Amino acid sequence: MKGKKSEAFWAGRVIEGILLLDALLAIVVIFLIGLLILIEAWPAFRKIGFVPFLLGKEWRPGKELYGLLPMIVGSILVTLGAVTLGVPIGVALATFLAEVAPPWVQKVVRPAIELLAGIPSVVYGLFGLAVLVPLVRQIPVPGNSGFGLLSASVVLAVMILPTVANISEDAIRSVAREYREGSLALGATHWQTIIGVVLPAARSGIVAAVILGIGRALGETMAMIMVIGNSVIIPKPLNSNPLTIFLSQARTLTGNIAVEISYATGLHENALFATGVVLFILIMLVNSMAHLAMRRRS
Amino acid sequence: MGQIKLEMVHYSLYYGNFCALRDISIQIPARQVTAIIGPSGCGKSSFLRTFNRMNDLISNARVEGRVFLDGQDIWEMDVVELRRRVGMVFQKPNPFPKSIFDNVAYGPRAHGLRDRSRLEEIVEQSLRRAALWDEVKDDLNKSALTLSGGQQQRLCIARALAVEPEVILMDEPASALDPIATLRIEALIRELRENYTIVIVTHNMQQAARVSDYTAFFFTDESRTGMLIEYGETKQIFTSPRDRRTEDYITGRFG
Ligand SMILES: Nc1ncnc2c1ncn2[C@@H]1O[C@H](COP(=O)(O)OP(=O)(O)O)[C@@H](O)[C@H]1O
Ligand SMILES: [Mg+2]
Repeated sequence: MKGKKSEAFWAGRVIEGILLLDALLAIVVIFLIGLLILIEAWPAFRKIGFVPFLLGKEWRPGKELYGLLPMIVGSILVTLGAVTLGVPIGVALATFLAEVAPPWVQKVVRPAIELLAGIPSVVYGLFGLAVLVPLVRQIPVPGNSGFGLLSASVVLAVMILPTVANISEDAIRSVAREYREGSLALGATHWQTIIGVVLPAARSGIVAAVILGIGRALGETMAMIMVIGNSVIIPKPLNSNPLTIFLSQARTLTGNIAVEISYATGLHENALFATGVVLFILIMLVNSMAHLAMRRRS
Repeated sequence: MGQIKLEMVHYSLYYGNFCALRDISIQIPARQVTAIIGPSGCGKSSFLRTFNRMNDLISNARVEGRVFLDGQDIWEMDVVELRRRVGMVFQKPNPFPKSIFDNVAYGPRAHGLRDRSRLEEIVEQSLRRAALWDEVKDDLNKSALTLSGGQQQRLCIARALAVEPEVILMDEPASALDPIATLRIEALIRELRENYTIVIVTHNMQQAARVSDYTAFFFTDESRTGMLIEYGETKQIFTSPRDRRTEDYITGRFG
């Protein structure tokens, strides 16, 4: 009896140990990746300087000019556009699935959303190229090529939709039944209950969903390259209407690396690794914000 | 018995194929406290949740028979209107994760009241009636979740009172509270009785004897189907029950 017990005990310890090792391995791998990129990036930071690198407006490898600001602004704007379009739709979809849709509709829509998450990025790019870019080109504004922030934001909005919808739906579903019943028992309607109690109670989970969506948006590469135009410019409105900034071409941090890395050498190559460092830090910041939001929930 | 507020006529409730309540007929008097007692699982909550149609939320629930509020069939009424007139306090205090003020103002706002000064009046009046005003009047903007369990439950009572219901259903409202908080709730129930019809589920026999005017005893056999065994004035039920099972249950718990 006693021998059996200790056998189970040791088996448990071994499994625990393996899991711990796994976790450590993951941390070590992330650390090593970060370190290797940092080592490759270091000459760029040293020769260009942190501030000129981050805030420089010109990126011209031929002239040894490496300012990352256009790409930082490009990444932020396209993410902003994607969030503005994708989050309301994602949260509405989540609300619909969790609160309104009859089971058979859920059975159709949920796999469809999962499918959306499984489509390769390059296919989204093709869709953008074939459908969105020609569509956006119809907007009669001088300088509008169809390629640019608007097309990219729409593509990206669709791409973050599964993340936002899935996690928001979980958050909405996990709102305690007591809140729901408390509201209905006061004579509130189903919709008043959703807006007045359910969504506010699910707020931190929805915030986490949005932040994870932002992380996904910042990291997206292939589809962006295909539709955003990739010009190294700080996007500006094309005419007096400030919204036309979204018709401007742009380049993302990810796109900057992917477009140039195949032929870059020397300082140019270092600067691309430094771009990677900036991206890495940005995404780590965003993800830890998501973790904070999730933690506050429990 | 005086005026009848709620009435059930040959009422049965099914969850799918399972019959949770069979053939209940009962008349509940206005402005009195009616206690529902019985062992756990005998359908007390299901019975209570019938009157504000909370069971309608359960997809496989099905009913037979009729239920009336002031002589009007509750399934022919607008459910929002019914729930405004028949409020509910739950077993576990369930204030919303909002401020104390917003909790109490929630119902009136849901019914379209926007006027701030009128809302303030209602909030104060409801909190006073729930004997909570003095404790929270300086912290109306604090989260309701910072209150103690007993205060939270009184807040839930205030929240129910704010929509000016005629009936208040309470499902073991003190079961999650300590003895002192429980006594406060019981005193409150006695006061509210002046103006409201109260139906309270309790597993605590002494509590039923202390707060109620009428008592209904529910019981279940091997089929697990809940039945109304005996109903009458509380004094009579506790001193000279007519049914053997009522007597066994009451004395068993007391002994
Ligand atoms: N939503 C439900 N679906 C199926 N059975 C239920 C549901 N709610 C309650 N029941 C069953 O109905 C019976 C009565 O439950 P309930 O009304 O909660 O009793 P009580 O409040 O007296 O403990 C129990 O057997 C319980 O398991
Ligand atoms: Mg119960």
